[in-house]
Amino acid sequence: MTSTGSSSHSGRYPAGGQAFPHASLTGIAQLERHEILYLLDEAEQWVEFNRQRDKHCDLLGGLTVINAFFENSTRTLLSFEIAGKRLGADVVNMHAAQSSVKKGETLIDTAITLNAMRADAIVIRHGSSGAVDLIDSKVDCPVLNAGDGQHEHPTQALLDTLALRNALEERGEGAEDFTGLTVTICGDILHSRVARSNILCLQAMGASVRVCAPPALMPDGVERMGAEPFSDFDAALQGCDVAMMLRLQTERMSGQFIPSAREYHHLYGLTQARLDRAAPDALVMHPGPMNRGVEIDSEVADMLDRSIITRQVEMGVAVRMACLDILTRKARGVPGWSGSSGGGQWV
Amino acid sequence: MKTQQPLIITNGRLITPDGLIDGGVACENGIITEIGDISGIEGAETIDARGQLIGPGLVDLGVFAIDKPALHFGGITRAALMPDQTPILDLPSRVSYIAKSGKPDLWVHPLAAATRELAGADLAEFALMRDAGARGIATGRNWIADSGVMLRVLQYAAMLDLVVVSHAEDSGIAGDAVATAGEMATRMGLPSAPAEAEALAVARDIALAEMAGARLHIRQVTTAAALDLVRAAKARGARVTAGVTPAHFMLSDLATGDFRTFARLSPPLRAESDRQAVIAAIGDGTIDVISSGHDPRGPEDKRLPFSDAEPGMAGAETLLATTLTLVRDEVIAMDRAFALLCTNPAQLLGVNAGRLIVGAEADIAIVDPDKPWIASSAKMAARAGNTPFDGQPMQGRVTHLYKGGVKA
Repeated sequence: MTSTGSSSHSGRYPAGGQAFPHASLTGIAQLERHEILYLLDEAEQWVEFNRQRDKHCDLLGGLTVINAFFENSTRTLLSFEIAGKRLGADVVNMHAAQSSVKKGETLIDTAITLNAMRADAIVIRHGSSGAVDLIDSKVDCPVLNAGDGQHEHPTQALLDTLALRNALEERGEGAEDFTGLTVTICGDILHSRVARSNILCLQAMGASVRVCAPPALMPDGVERMGAEPFSDFDAALQGCDVAMMLRLQTERMSGQFIPSAREYHHLYGLTQARLDRAAPDALVMHPGPMNRGVEIDSEVADMLDRSIITRQVEMGVAVRMACLDILTRKARGVPGWSGSSGGGQWV
Repeated sequence: MKTQQPLIITNGRLITPDGLIDGGVACENGIITEIGDISGIEGAETIDARGQLIGPGLVDLGVFAIDKPALHFGGITRAALMPDQTPILDLPSRVSYIAKSGKPDLWVHPLAAATRELAGADLAEFALMRDAGARGIATGRNWIADSGVMLRVLQYAAMLDLVVVSHAEDSGIAGDAVATAGEMATRMGLPSAPAEAEALAVARDIALAEMAGARLHIRQVTTAAALDLVRAAKARGARVTAGVTPAHFMLSDLATGDFRTFARLSPPLRAESDRQAVIAAIGDGTIDVISSGHDPRGPEDKRLPFSDAEPGMAGAETLLATTLTLVRDEVIAMDRAFALLCTNPAQLLGVNAGRLIVGAEADIAIVDPDKPWIASSAKMAARAGNTPFDGQPMQGRVTHLYKGGVKA
């Protein structure tokens, strides 16, 4: 497969580089609806590709992708690594979280160093909100945000959206967008970058978003992002089409936010009985890693017809392949994306 | 006493405690000797201040660095230094050294640490530090969480008639917050605390100060709720004063957009409604002091992700010009502006300055209130250019500055 940015969905977005005129992907907040659609449509092509036996192409052959993870990660790092390798790039993982590189000038120094090594794309995860923007301002290659503090995790939101779209299409309930769909995001909204990116992404797609958390874990002013806040999980689930569960981000908490995991489960754990309050056949999502028995019961997490948690993981690779492909098109001189050969549409 | 050339400044518009009057000021031996119509002094240096204001040198209550070029640029002749230094100002010897550090052209008034190492537990030696030159007691960048300790600080300071300068932010609520809870902090994913963290701290500190009969100066009051508490306390006669820095009446939390670390301050920038409340409180007299909070921070402290960056701004150079915007906006009159910048802080520190009166020390600033200039972080006199006003046009600047009758 040699994706060049052409898509079957003509008319949904401008041609060539105008379909995605960003040099980096630092957050969903910067994206227009048609740009999100473009990323999703491109990713969809990679979903089919990944289901083949031969999952290797040479689209990014000769390019170097550096995964600089200043914070521990397993699944996101693995997902980006697989995505880069399947596209034929040389992928290097930098486990900055395990070294003494933590903060200070070192962060900018690290960015400058990576830049000097002529990386063609840098994937960053960092524990501080805004760190990815800071690095993006110091390097001249595309930067992908793999999660910055409590701020954004754009590829997670994109893969969640793609998994949802994919599941709905498979059920024959697919539509142009998510208008009429209600998604309830429940869990540690305060500390969750996944929640922030998903609120923005799902709303851009037309969905109504409810957020549910105990008051101590609900960020102030979240309703001004367009999400409807709840503290009563049963009420938040009432009639919703999707229950997206989040884990407690204990590593980001300073102090005690809930009395115990047991009590949290009592009020906010997704059980079969609770799920019955949602719409019939409502889908269940979780970005992982799951704390079974805390925010979600195993019997719900493993429901074959309702849970799309493993589909989310699958879509993650496809989304990240699409992002790496799109963001390196200018450097690769893809017609329509390169200023010299494609009419200068790429900004 | 060292003899020095007398100084006469003529033809200006004098900012006096009785209002603005046309005339001049004469100084001899470091003291103001005449105000208004000046009779000549033989051998005096004479300055024509035509078209300009003649006011007292600014008294900056609560700077974090003795940054003389920046302070002089801003028209500041006296600076009260916060105890958060390296080492911390919690010993008489350190206070004594700092008290002499700016002379002769800048007077530094150390604020002694309220507790040893500013740890909020054990009282420091207030009396010894007072005798070594401390002009007040301060809790530093942090609030004292233990109410018992704070009560004893206030009681002991009251006995010594030293003002206690407190930072008002309930640390239990504030935690590791770097922003005010609200839409901006939520969108940016910044650790945040509700604005009420300030009101709670103010409420407690006022209650304790009233119990102790102490003079309490809350260095920065930045929220509507806390200002209401100060207003009510003043109305019932409590010895409470409030200060603010220009960032909190010029900027709201919108200024933190794009993770601009120059706008990373403590307390953090507030919502627009709180900014408006601060302006109203300056207008109605609830706020007594405007200070710079001067805290120059280099790139190693600021070129970081927002929540990792150190709080603080280089404020000395923009202190006067930003305060003059309140005059142009008719929030306050010109003499009130100088009361906020000079008279009131001098009174809190108990120094014979901050007023153009006969017998006061000859700290004088000649100000062109209309002079336009651009605040530029790249061109500041300060040790570091971390101003949230970078690139903003300013109006009003000190053209001449005298400390004790001598050009600073």
